[in-house]
Amino acid sequence: MTAAITVDGLEVIFDRFRALKGVSLEVRSGESFGLVGESGSGKSTLLRAIAGLAPVASGSINVNGKTLGTRRDKAFYREVQMVFQDPYGSLHPRQTVDRLLQEPLAIHGFADGEKRIERALDEVGLGNGFRFRYAHQLSGGQRQRVAIARALILEPSILLLDEPTSALDASVQAEVLNLLEEVRRRRKLTFLMVSHDLAIITHMCERLMVMQSGEAVENLTAAQLVAHRVTEDYTRNLLRASEGFVRA
Amino acid sequence: MSGTLLEVDDLRVDFPTRTGLVQAVRGVSFTLGRERLGIVGESGSGKSQTGRAIMGLTPPQARISARKLAFDGIDLLGISPRQRRALRGNRIAMILQDPKYSLDPVMSIGRQIVETLRTHEKVSKAEARERALAMLEAVQIRDPKRVFDLHPHEVSGGMGQRAMIAMMLIAGPEMMIADEPTSALDVTVQLDVLGILDKLVSDRGMGLIFISHDLRLVSSFCDRVIVMYAGKVVEQLKASELGQAQHPYTRGLLNCMPRIGFERHPLPVLDRKPEWAA
Repeated sequence: MTAAITVDGLEVIFDRFRALKGVSLEVRSGESFGLVGESGSGKSTLLRAIAGLAPVASGSINVNGKTLGTRRDKAFYREVQMVFQDPYGSLHPRQTVDRLLQEPLAIHGFADGEKRIERALDEVGLGNGFRFRYAHQLSGGQRQRVAIARALILEPSILLLDEPTSALDASVQAEVLNLLEEVRRRRKLTFLMVSHDLAIITHMCERLMVMQSGEAVENLTAAQLVAHRVTEDYTRNLLRASEGFVRA
Repeated sequence: MSGTLLEVDDLRVDFPTRTGLVQAVRGVSFTLGRERLGIVGESGSGKSQTGRAIMGLTPPQARISARKLAFDGIDLLGISPRQRRALRGNRIAMILQDPKYSLDPVMSIGRQIVETLRTHEKVSKAEARERALAMLEAVQIRDPKRVFDLHPHEVSGGMGQRAMIAMMLIAGPEMMIADEPTSALDVTVQLDVLGILDKLVSDRGMGLIFISHDLRLVSSFCDRVIVMYAGKVVEQLKASELGQAQHPYTRGLLNCMPRIGFERHPLPVLDRKPEWAA
């Protein structure tokens, strides 16, 4: 199997703060890979560095066989799209859903925009009726569906997901996770997904990496995690914490 | 249950808006003794407005009515704002979700705790400082003297939430309302904070209302759970009997969360019935 994303010795430095301290990672094509850790562990920074949204100090990022420079070209964004955590912040408040979805199509010069928008909305379970609404007229779950539609409309092969459901209610979270699994199966996408919730990562991903303060703690398969076959104390702590409160 | 601390009977909170009346809470009734009671629901279920109405923090444009809303025999809707203020922070305390927004950003943590204490009790500055330091130690802050002089932006979320718990407990309240006290924290920190809260609540024999969207967390922490949907209580049950929940909404909420070691693809989703909200 070929690698979709290869990250090697990646360092990200904000001013003098080392957010990533030489992280390496390989995501195979068609795989769903998870990044877990507490806030400040660098999991989101790693995702953003791949998308070209964080200052890379050293190390290399390779996507679908191409090594990336500091600038990303248009072709990169046709391959790689991102869904952000906060559906309230990631959609333009004064643009209709239609306008939001047209933006990527216009940038990449697609001619059949009409059809693509209809199909994208259909795919995420929002009918055509949502096309001319504004973000504030939608619920959190509906907004996240629009964000997913916007990511899918260019038919990328890789989706970067930064806590896509942590701002949503549990029942809505289930719907969005199901949707993501379905589009991945249908389009054979590669997922790189960030979450602080081990249960979500084991549900969605085959392999995962645990991170702490800018470093990789360990690499595991979901099956190993489920069977509690972990070697690092930090991972064990996370596992225990995910089981809920136990009275001392 | 020894003695009733709080009685809520048919509580309603309405918000008049441009597009008509929004009924946030529609006839909620329950009683609280010296126990841990969880209120669970999704966003918009009215759980936070219920807590705020008890605390007296509902926005002024809202209309509150209840057949009975009494704390330790005191009719909360009948007393003057001044009397209400004397209760708030003294006998009834509230912990809010995010210490980043609910602590005063321009006041040191120590001063905020001292302020709470001196509002409600006549104590000297030196004694207030001593008690604030002792309280910071009680919430397991390792270096209370240093934290006392820090401002909220200088501490982590977990530390800020501990400081808030310290501030709320310093006046020795009999009832505490915790509105999503750990939702803004990392999972591991979450458990530490819950552990501290649990210990303090049981040591002091307080009544606790724990408001959360996380049914599993609440049931591992509380004695009793109230499940709210669309402003109403759909089910009340013992936390230990959550597995035998009757209402389809409660069961749906429990089911739709991914769990480690329980593979289900796709996840079951809630099939919302209009009659639940009726």
